[in-house]
Amino acid sequence: MSHVSLAPRDKSPLHAVLSWLLRNHIWVFLALTVAVFSIASPYFLTVNNLGNILTQGAFIGILAIGMTMVMIDGEIDLSVGAILALASALAIGLQEHVGTWPAISLGLLSGAALGFFNGTLVALSGMHSFIVTLGALIGIRGLVFVYTGENALMVPDFAYTEIPEVYLGPVSLTAMIFLGLALLFQWVLSSTRHGRETYAVGDNIEAAHDAGIDVKRHKIINFTLCGTLAAVCGILLSMRLGTAEPNAGKIWELWTIIAVVLGGTRLQGGFGSMWMTIGGVLTLAVLRNGLRLLNTPNYVELMVMGAVLVLALVLDKILNRRGES
Amino acid sequence: MDSRIRSLMRRHGLVVAFLVFLAGVAVNAEAFLTPGNILDVLRQVSITGMMALGVTFVVLTGRLDLSVGSLLTLLTVIVVDQHNVAGPFPAIVMTLLAGLCIGAVNGLLVGFVGLNALIVTLAMLSFLQGLVLFYSGGSNVNVENPQETWFAIFGRGEFLGLPVPVILFLTGAVIAGLALQFTTFGRRVYGVGGNETASIFSGIDARWTVFWAYAISGFTTGMAAVIMGSRVMGAQNTIGQGYELTVLAGVILGGTSLMGGSGSIWRTVIGISMLGFIQNGLLLLGFAYYVQWLVTWAVIIVAVWIDLGAKRGRIFA
Repeated sequence: MSHVSLAPRDKSPLHAVLSWLLRNHIWVFLALTVAVFSIASPYFLTVNNLGNILTQGAFIGILAIGMTMVMIDGEIDLSVGAILALASALAIGLQEHVGTWPAISLGLLSGAALGFFNGTLVALSGMHSFIVTLGALIGIRGLVFVYTGENALMVPDFAYTEIPEVYLGPVSLTAMIFLGLALLFQWVLSSTRHGRETYAVGDNIEAAHDAGIDVKRHKIINFTLCGTLAAVCGILLSMRLGTAEPNAGKIWELWTIIAVVLGGTRLQGGFGSMWMTIGGVLTLAVLRNGLRLLNTPNYVELMVMGAVLVLALVLDKILNRRGES
Repeated sequence: MDSRIRSLMRRHGLVVAFLVFLAGVAVNAEAFLTPGNILDVLRQVSITGMMALGVTFVVLTGRLDLSVGSLLTLLTVIVVDQHNVAGPFPAIVMTLLAGLCIGAVNGLLVGFVGLNALIVTLAMLSFLQGLVLFYSGGSNVNVENPQETWFAIFGRGEFLGLPVPVILFLTGAVIAGLALQFTTFGRRVYGVGGNETASIFSGIDARWTVFWAYAISGFTTGMAAVIMGSRVMGAQNTIGQGYELTVLAGVILGGTSLMGGSGSIWRTVIGISMLGFIQNGLLLLGFAYYVQWLVTWAVIIVAVWIDLGAKRGRIFA
């Protein structure tokens, strides 16, 4: 692996913190942005607003968890935005026919099935996941439009929108689900066989195969996870909005990739963690929220995002060059 | 003879399947294979096709360009707006130069700084969307005197019975194809995409090759913007949204490998035209507009899988 790894012989706490920060430099950047916005806007550093940021970031965040798993595997999933839209359309559209909770389950199932389909195609054909999921991104969006008939679906009973209205202090249920899932999958990555295999497959697929890992089954599992999490995001979004719009989640796959890469997870695979992804997701959310509080026009936000992303890449490159030498 | 057919299927199976599709639609929809309809389809694909020519260079070097859709939006807004301010000719020159420069920035970041192509062009996508809103102030722009200007010729004109955008696209394709096959630069593009390390050891400066590939991609997007602006005589802030995916789908469908080093311009022309004919054919057969996306999904998977399977000698990995 090419990332910075400091030898374990130096165990002083300061050194440990420094080495963690060097590997997770996104958290330093996050602290900086929080500091800047706290000074710039009196409304930023309030309990309510911080809770808002968590909720706003949670949607991209849930997508980013699945994307991180797939990306550590050295693959990519471009179809999450489209899966999200389909799951949200099914969860709302089927309610009149089968009831609320069965509709939600079917929405989840559609995400899992499409993720499984993507993963199976990647594993069986040996095609690059970029192509497979690019096709899926176009096709699944077609499915959404065919199903919704190009209309936004309205929820029949607005009790549905109150399901996520559970708060723990300022933290919404959506944010709790995001953080809970992130911690769960960090545990999976660091403490389970599946997690270790994820790094192994992404780092060196031949070696992983030779070591006896069923690479195909492994990839199918991670794509299924990614699809399921996209459906979770779609269902939470449909609860928040009360409608399912056929264009929901358009180009969210791009924001998700941006959040994950900003965190420091490598597109090439073999390196990354949920801590990094949480950092990346929160940084994006803080930037968006802060810029809006400062009343900056929409275009500034888009331009800053682009610039920050390139900056993060350059920073990553510099830090890693130092680590290698 | 039998093995000959098999080898032909292996190399051009996609084209054969496409011809079968054309015949199938033609039997069921009389209007499909008429000269007028074929020209209509070609006119429609000339914009994505023009972009795909440049993107093919980038893909051949083993890189990606996801920023072309947003770039098309920006450049269309620029060409229409500057047409009102400075007149048609300066507007076109400015647009082409702007496309070249923005492509060059991508090329600089990917080729010289060595950053990941996917992320750099994603960042550029976001940045350019911001730039569009900044430039236009969020409102649509329109050509003020659409009846009088000669600018209309690029999108709406005809020459010897052929639509001008089609002539532009095909001319561009011939030039790009010749450049790839018969110039040093073209061979370098294949070299860098095929084996970057080997090409560097052979004395090729991969950085410049990648740089120019991106610059070309920006330039052809500029050409596409001129056609688009001239055809629509206006520009919305979302006019090019999602085009990067259609373009990439066309390039992949043609059989150009995302790994780089293998593919060609004529394959891209075939791939992009196939997308156009599929869309047109399905509409003529009476399917809803969105069904074409489902078919595109299936066609991409099947086409790439067959292509890969033929190269590998067996279907499953």
